Formats: sequence, structure tokens, C-alpha cells
Amino acid sequence: MFEELLNNKDTWLSGKGPFSEIIFSSRVRLARNFSDYPFPARASSAQKEKILKTMEEARARIDLLKEAVFFRMEDIDDIDRQFLLERHLISQEHMHTTKGKGLILSLDEKVALMINEEDHLRMQAMASGFDLNRAYETINAIDDSIAKLVDFSFMSNLGYLTSCPTNVGTALRASCMLHLPALTFTKRINKVLELLAKISFATRGFFGEGTQALGDFFQISNQISLGLSEMEVIDNLAGVVNQVKEQEIDARAVLIKKHKLELEDNVWRSYGVLRSCRLVSSKEALSHLSILSLGLDLGIIDKISRELLNNLFLMIQPAHLQKVEARVLKEGERDFIRAQILRERLGEA
Amino acid sequence: MLCDICHKNIATVHLTEIINDKVVEMHICQHCTKVKTQELKDNLTIPELLTGLMDTAQSPKKEISVKCEFCGLTYADFKKKARLGCGRCYSVFKMQIMPLLKKIHGSLTYAGKSAMSPQKDSLSNSVKELRARLERAVKLEEYEEAARLRDELKKFGQKSA
Repeated sequence: MFEELLNNKDTWLSGKGPFSEIIFSSRVRLARNFSDYPFPARASSAQKEKILKTMEEARARIDLLKEAVFFRMEDIDDIDRQFLLERHLISQEHMHTTKGKGLILSLDEKVALMINEEDHLRMQAMASGFDLNRAYETINAIDDSIAKLVDFSFMSNLGYLTSCPTNVGTALRASCMLHLPALTFTKRINKVLELLAKISFATRGFFGEGTQALGDFFQISNQISLGLSEMEVIDNLAGVVNQVKEQEIDARAVLIKKHKLELEDNVWRSYGVLRSCRLVSSKEALSHLSILSLGLDLGIIDKISRELLNNLFLMIQPAHLQKVEARVLKEGERDFIRAQILRERLGEA
Repeated sequence: MLCDICHKNIATVHLTEIINDKVVEMHICQHCTKVKTQELKDNLTIPELLTGLMDTAQSPKKEISVKCEFCGLTYADFKKKARLGCGRCYSVFKMQIMPLLKKIHGSLTYAGKSAMSPQKDSLSNSVKELRARLERAVKLEEYEEAARLRDELKKFGQKSA
């Protein structure tokens, strides 16, 4: 299942779109609940089944979802679920427990609707580069189409009602994934993160499970969903993301000016490691790919394409390795296969 | 005993963590404790944070017996997980939720898109639904919502006339 996704070229991580050298991708997510059912955590199996059926039928009736596919999470095996998580198409919760849960996924990966996650619907649209408006337009149009078929839980004073009070209102979460190696290297990142928290924006690492930002990727998102319109939420986030982008550009200029040789050394060393290694953890691989990516942006290296590099960021994750190899890999084996794939794709040293 | 993390210093702190239902015991030194505590702070969950907000948001004791008749959620359930059980809960636990929402979002005024789609598939069905929702809103003493539904119904009346 999902093998075709491995060869997807024009996805949210294609390296195209505005400012995509720093802002890799943009995402907008809406949460919705059906008005006549309890939220998933308190709904019976029969009620969740009804919601799944309704959405399966809705998919067929909605033009915008004609190309999308409906899945029951129970029918997707462990590796495939992890694979979807690694591609940011489903959440941890959707991967871990499958009963009564569903997914409507467009195979270009731009739209993913989780059914019976924390809310009845968690609908996301992704766009490559800095393009929150495009992502919002896509998901807003789908929301409108679904609203013609079902009644959403809504109160005029509070807006859309959600399981967690932090989502009430527009129930909209917008986020951008930023690559900030120069801010990290110059240690200015902590100051940036502190300031973001002060003005109610959340930041977390994009890869891996913890809060540590592997590969210098950060995801910045809005926290507030009540009191602002959808466009205000998106404009505010865009403004903040733009500022952080400028900071990163500044830090890159400083790096080039003051640490050029050190930087070049780092980039070529990383290139060497990835083309020669025999065993490599995903953490180590991500850190080298991050440096390589910076080297590519700054014109230090031109032997690799942006497309290949972005693809490798995804490819070195555990479930991806297993999809590529088409078999289950034991933990120790993964570092070996990861090294092999990196050498193959970057050209052995 | 040496520290489980750095394997250099003497372990002075003994920590029990539950990860994926497995109990993991760790013996760590002073230095690694600082790092670990930071990690734990980072892992603080939303329910924990919200429960913290709730404690300061309202006067305790009085509302403890409140229960949502539609989904069965009690105030104690809500306090524990910081999750609502259904849309009706927002009316049932209004007294508790409004101050919390104000703390989280800094506002209690919705400014987003309207849930009402311009064209429903079937007009008569919509009227039926609206009437049912109006009745429910009146029962739950959700007068603002009731007034909005009444206006919606009026609009439908004009359309079909």
C-alpha cells in the first residue's frame, strides 16, 4: 500500500514554491465535529462507524475529493501507518490506535482528512514553500463542500466546537516548517523561540518524536483560535514566519562573512560522511543533510539537487527505509540500509 | 552506583518513568538530572497545563455534580482530561469553560466563518433540523444560539414563500 507515494515528485516537500529554501512547507488544519454525535472519545463504536460511512459517501459526492481515497485505519498495517506519520499525513494518535478511525487521502498528499481522531474530522492541506493562503483555500473549499452534507457542531458565540478547548473557534491551526540551520549554528535560535512563545506562537521540532529539533527543522504554528478570523490567524502567522525567515537570512550572511572556511569545511565533511558511511542513525543523517542543505542554498556545493536532498530527508526515516526495501527491518539493520541508500543516491565516494 | 546517562558521576537521583506501559527505572547524577528535568518539562501535556489554568479560573466545589445528559461527561471527567465530550458540553459546563476559554484565547468572541452553508441539499430537511436544534437550544437555555436559529428559520421562511 502507498508505494506510489514514494515516487511523488510534486508534493509539499518538492522544494518549489515561494522562499522554499528556508520555508519548506505550509500547512493549514481545520477541526470539525458532527453536531449530533458525541466527540470520538465518548462516541460508541456504532456512532463512529456511522461517521466513517457518512464520510466515505461524502468523499464520493464531493468533486474536490474525487481523486482522494478512503481508508479504514484498521486496514493499514503498522509500517504503512508509520510511513504516513513520517510523511506528516496522520498524527501519532491516528497511528497508534486504529479502531473506528479513518483517513481520506489525496494521493498527491496535498489533502488528508483524519476521521475520528480527537475530533470527528481533522482536515489538513499542505503546500510546498511559503504558501499558507493556497493551503487555506484548498481546505476551506473542502470544508464548505462537507458542510453542505452534514451539520457541524457550532455555536454563534464560540464558533466550531472541538474536543479540546484550545481549538475552539475557527478550529484552525496553521503552521510552517522552517529550516533554520544558521540561527541554530549562531545560537540565536533560543532567543527567537523565546520571543515566539511570548506572542503565543508554538514552535516544535519537525522530525522525530520529542521536542528536539532534528536537522534544524522547526514548525511554527498559531495557538489562538478564538477572537480572530481565519484570515487574521493566517496573516499573523505569515507575518511572524516572515520575520523568522529574515532572521535566518541575516544569520546566513553572518556565517558566510565570519565563518566561511569553517562552514565550507562542515558542508564538504557532511557530504563525505553521507557518501562513505556504512552505518548511520537517522539523527546523524539528518544533521548532515541539514548542513548539506545549507551548503546548497549558499552555493558552496552544487553536486546535488534540491529535489534529491528533500527526498532524502523523508527517505531516511525508519518506515520509509522499510518501504524502499519492501520488508521489515530490525533496528540494527536500519542504520546499515540507511547508509546504503544515502551512498547510492548521493553517489559513493 | 554510576549514572545511567553519563556513566561517569555517582547517581544521586532515582527516577521512575512509564514509557509505553513499561516501567523504566533510572539512576542519574546531579548534572544529568538538570537535563532530564528540562526534558520532562518539555513533555508536559495539554491536559496538565489546562487543568492548571482551570484551578485558577474559577471557584471550586459548587459545580462538581454537573453532568452532560447527552454524552455523560461529568465535571470531574472534564477536569481530569481537559477534553469536552460533545458540543452540548459547552452549554452544560458554560460556567467553567468560559473563563478557561478567555484565559486560553484572550477573547470570547467568535470572528470566523459561518457554519451555515448557503445551500443545503434539501431545504425541508434543513428546516426540520433547525427546528429540532432550536428546541434543543431552548431546553438547554442556550438563548443566544436559539435566537440565531430562529433568525435562520425566518430566512428559510422567506425563501420558500
